[in-house]
Amino acid sequence: MKAIIHIGLKSGVLDPQGRTIARSLSHLGFENVTAARQGKTIELELNNTDKTTAENEVKDMCEKLLANTVIEDYRFEIVD
Amino acid sequence: MKTAVIVFPASNCDRDAQVALEKVSRRPVEMVWHGETTLPPVDFVVIPGGFSYGDYLRSGAIAARSPIMQDVIKKAGQGLPVAGFCNGFQVLTESGLLPGALMRNKGLRFVCRQQTLNIKNPSSMFTKSYKERSEITMPVAHFDGNYYADDETLNKLRKNKQIIFTYKDNPNGSVNDIAGICNEAGNVLGMMPHPERAIDPMHGGTDGLDLFKSVLESLR
Repeated sequence: MKAIIHIGLKSGVLDPQGRTIARSLSHLGFENVTAARQGKTIELELNNTDKTTAENEVKDMCEKLLANTVIEDYRFEIVD
Repeated sequence: MKTAVIVFPASNCDRDAQVALEKVSRRPVEMVWHGETTLPPVDFVVIPGGFSYGDYLRSGAIAARSPIMQDVIKKAGQGLPVAGFCNGFQVLTESGLLPGALMRNKGLRFVCRQQTLNIKNPSSMFTKSYKERSEITMPVAHFDGNYYADDETLNKLRKNKQIIFTYKDNPNGSVNDIAGICNEAGNVLGMMPHPERAIDPMHGGTDGLDLFKSVLESLR
C-alpha cells in the first residue's frame, strides 16, 4: 500500500511563500484567490498489509521526522 | 579546553569553526564525522554552518537525526557546552535541544551581510567575555533564519534570560528580533550569525572571538 502525506505550516504561522503565490495569482487576473498556503506532499511505498498498522507507523514517522510539529501540521491517507 | 566540530555532508563552516577554536584554545580540534556514534572526550562541541544534507526535507532536519547527534543530545543533557551557528542552530532546534524553529526568511531572500547584534544576556557562558560591550557585529548568511516560537515559549525564554542575542535591524523577520538563544540550563547556544567568521581582522572584524573566549573562561 501507499501513504500520501501532506505537510503544511500551521494556520497561525505566517507563510510568506503562500502570500507571494496569492499575490502573483491576483496579478495574473485570478481575482477570486483570497489566500494561499504552501506545503509539501510525500508519498511512501509501504510493505504493510494491515491498514491500521500502516496508519500508526506513518503517524510515528510524521512525528519523528517528516513534520516539524512546532510549525507544521500534517495529514495523510493510506491507499491500496 | 578540548573541542570538537561535527561534520555533516555539506557542512561548509566546519573549517572556519576549527580555525576559531584552535585560535582560542591553542589546541588541535577534533573533527567528528556525523556517522560516528560517540563524541571524543571534549569540553565544548560546535555544530557548524552549511547546508547539511542539502537542506533536504527541512534545514537541519536530517542532520538532527544522524548517529552522532544522539550522543550530542545525551551529553548536552549532562551539561556539555554545545553551540550551533547558522545551520548548526537549525540542527539544534530540529533535535529538540533548543525550543522553536527556523523558517524561511520573511523577505524570501537569502541574506548575506554584516549584522549588528545586541547582547541581551551578558552573563551567559557564551557572552561573559564581552564585558561592558552591548553591541557587536558579525556576518549573517542564511535563507532559513526566521526564528519562530509560540507565545508560551517566548515568555519562558524571556523569563529565564535565554535570549542571548537580538538583531539591531531584523534581517529575516525573526519574532522579537531573536538572533540567538540558549537552553534552560544555559549550556546549549544556537544563533544564526557566524562568530567563527569574525575572528581575524582580515574578516573585517573580530567580534566573534569573545564568544569562544567566554566558553574558555567559563570552563576554567
